Amino acid sequence: MASDVLEKGGPRAHDVVPTFTVTMIVRRFDPEVDNEPRWVDYDLQMHGTDRVLDALHKIKWEIDGSLAFRRSCAHGVCGSDAMRINGRNRLACKTLLKDLDISKPIYIEALKGLPLEKDLIVDMEPFFDSFREVQPFLMSSSKPKDGKERLQSSEERARFDDTTKCILCAACTSSCPVFWTDGQYFGPAAIVNAHRFIFDSRDEGSQVRMDILNDREGVWRCRTTFNCTDACPRGIQVTQAIAEVKQAIMRGKP
Amino acid sequence: MAQSEQGELIDGVHYHKHDVVIVGAGGAGMRAAIEAGPQVSTAVISKLYPTRSHTGAAQGGMAAALANVEEDNWEWHTYDTVKGGDYLVDQDAAEILAKEAIDAVIDLENMGLPFNRTPEGRIDQRRFGGHTREHGKAPVRRACYAADRTGHMILQTLYQNCVKHGINFFNEFYVLDLLMTEVKGETRPAGVVAYELATGELHVFQGKSIIFATGGFGKIFKTTSNAHTLTGDGVGIMWRKGLPLEDMEFFQFHPTGLAGLGILLSEAARGEGAILRNSDGERFMERYAPTIKDLAPRDIVARSMATEIREGRGAGPYKDYLYLDITHLEPAVIDAKLPDITEFARTYLGVEPYTEPVPVLPTAHYAMGGIPTTNDAEVLRSNTETVPGLYAAGECACVSVHGSNRLGTNSLLDINVFGKRAGNNAAAYAKKADWVALPKDPTAGVRKLLDHVRSGDGSERIAVIRRELQEAMDRNAQVFRTDDSLREVGDLIKTLRARYRNVQVQDKGKRFNTDLLEAVELGFLLDLAEVVVYSARNRKESRGAHMREDYPKRDDENLMVHTMAYLTGDAESAVADDHIKLDWKPVVITNYPPTERKY
Repeated sequence: MASDVLEKGGPRAHDVVPTFTVTMIVRRFDPEVDNEPRWVDYDLQMHGTDRVLDALHKIKWEIDGSLAFRRSCAHGVCGSDAMRINGRNRLACKTLLKDLDISKPIYIEALKGLPLEKDLIVDMEPFFDSFREVQPFLMSSSKPKDGKERLQSSEERARFDDTTKCILCAACTSSCPVFWTDGQYFGPAAIVNAHRFIFDSRDEGSQVRMDILNDREGVWRCRTTFNCTDACPRGIQVTQAIAEVKQAIMRGKP
Repeated sequence: MAQSEQGELIDGVHYHKHDVVIVGAGGAGMRAAIEAGPQVSTAVISKLYPTRSHTGAAQGGMAAALANVEEDNWEWHTYDTVKGGDYLVDQDAAEILAKEAIDAVIDLENMGLPFNRTPEGRIDQRRFGGHTREHGKAPVRRACYAADRTGHMILQTLYQNCVKHGINFFNEFYVLDLLMTEVKGETRPAGVVAYELATGELHVFQGKSIIFATGGFGKIFKTTSNAHTLTGDGVGIMWRKGLPLEDMEFFQFHPTGLAGLGILLSEAARGEGAILRNSDGERFMERYAPTIKDLAPRDIVARSMATEIREGRGAGPYKDYLYLDITHLEPAVIDAKLPDITEFARTYLGVEPYTEPVPVLPTAHYAMGGIPTTNDAEVLRSNTETVPGLYAAGECACVSVHGSNRLGTNSLLDINVFGKRAGNNAAAYAKKADWVALPKDPTAGVRKLLDHVRSGDGSERIAVIRRELQEAMDRNAQVFRTDDSLREVGDLIKTLRARYRNVQVQDKGKRFNTDLLEAVELGFLLDLAEVVVYSARNRKESRGAHMREDYPKRDDENLMVHTMAYLTGDAESAVADDHIKLDWKPVVITNYPPTERKY
């Protein structure tokens, strides 16, 4: 048998963390059938290092194929599967069941504050609209003459490193109480992406973005509740980034 | 649908018209859009939001002989690419790749990509597998990088620039058919048909030029670094249209996937000094590649790992994995250069890479084969004839710059160089070409496909068929292959294709019907797995990623040629012989005659 040696491999975490039963309570909503969302229970046999995404797949693949959710990379870099897990915004593919309290049911629902489309899927367009509004691209009137890269020191590069990590999953924005009550607010993710350029030494458009964010629906709506920072699956210091943009606006320069 | 316009609605179908229609919004698709968008009306259609594309999961770097940190030049890069691909690379294409790499990296930096920097403020570079100085003398620092998130930064930068250029995106639109119309005795592309996930409605996109940039199909395997969504839809559509597929037997297994999970740990770890060890703690790569050791190309490292396990030197209680050891690196270096992969090890295996070696195993990673194209990204309908107006770029395409084994960091390069070429050439073609009329009832094919998927008796679960396929592919068509193992998996695919006809789609609704989506995707996986196995069985030699234990030697005399697979006859026949015909295509050789491949 050709490569069976590689087929069964694994550090056998399954043996270390034994099989367990967990109850998932998922907030289902099918606009073609339901008038309003309903909570549905699923008792599942899960294993060792299984993630919440594995549990959702088990429901979809073995119990009810109509369960709808987004997912792609399944290891926390594409940002598809942000959802509310026990009331907190997290990526389903990055949340291990064993790290939750599996003696109690696990509640799964769609992100709050964005229009619910079906089951765990929300309309992402308002979120991306805010992102696009802050002009999230390098603005520079010139190119280096020698046809090479622009120079940037490691220190200058480090200044905005944290906010380059954003995967646009919307976990931060949809955890923000200001965003819940005022859908016009740009929200943390858009500000994070503005920060990424405002503090990039190569960029010449900081003033434009600071003017945009000095708006009534801009950074001043932030009430520093830190929900966004807690929610970020990439560990970005979101609240701090917002504070830095506020300070830059007050200074009038990055 | 908030994006772009709804198109013109006729008999329940939306009609759109754009000069250039790009299918896929990963690196290659968006790089093409940035070229085409400012020139002609351009639409990008993707089954995902662009920033979800799997380009974003690439980690280690993008090769270019910038010589920012040590002597290097594009000719060395060309040579490494040819040798890395075990001489199945088209050498003129490799030369283009290596030469245009330099501008491709500069383009990205100028667009805003935040590369790591040298003390002088230039783009920093690091070592990677198979990239050497002076034709194999020693590893060279050629990979331009942004920590271990280079793909993420490329995807974000390209999306940001698409926003800047106001590119029309149709997100979560699943393209299911390529429309072809006969014009003066020649079949030419007229557009594509897409299924809108949010509504279940069909959209026809008429285009003068069509670019496929739909990525790979790693989900034919169980253990893979590929996203769930990498089901080879674009490659499968071309196949079903009777267009050939090239070198499908060559699939890369990346040496360092997290054991049991397949999640990728970048080769950049070894570029920064990580060492692979067996149960004895031995640095076993010294025995297999004495000169560049752990930085040998991926096919060689993956095979060496499999051999170690077979011979009883695997680690762990069941001796079934190996270790990637970075404990000798400074935590500060790890944090600056490899932050994400160390987090993966902590999150998913509970291993602390600062102090413990990480269990790893090869994981299905990259399709070297795909839709054959010219160096201008034009799709080939035979060894020499192109389909005017039809282009492909990125992993779905086969130029062939990767031959039988791709070097690390050459795929982020490929998507940029050939994505750019595709975008420019498609725009140029659209400027001079006339519209090709849509076929009568353009959505008929897609309606038939969807009805077919929905109409089975429902006795077969999607997930069960898919799992059986993936497990059999891992067992029989992975790092080592034999005629017996390939026949076994081929026979299984035959029965799975028959069972697929009765697949069950439980979701009967129109909105976000991801159940239906998965059923359609499974059809593409089955088709492509069949071609992979059929082509692999036919290639009776060992070359690059294709290791035949029953034919362990490379056969340059007879088999230094590309495989070309054609769909003939009844596509739904279960017997592969009834509908697959194989042919050969010569390899382009310029400066590098084949020699024995040693590292």
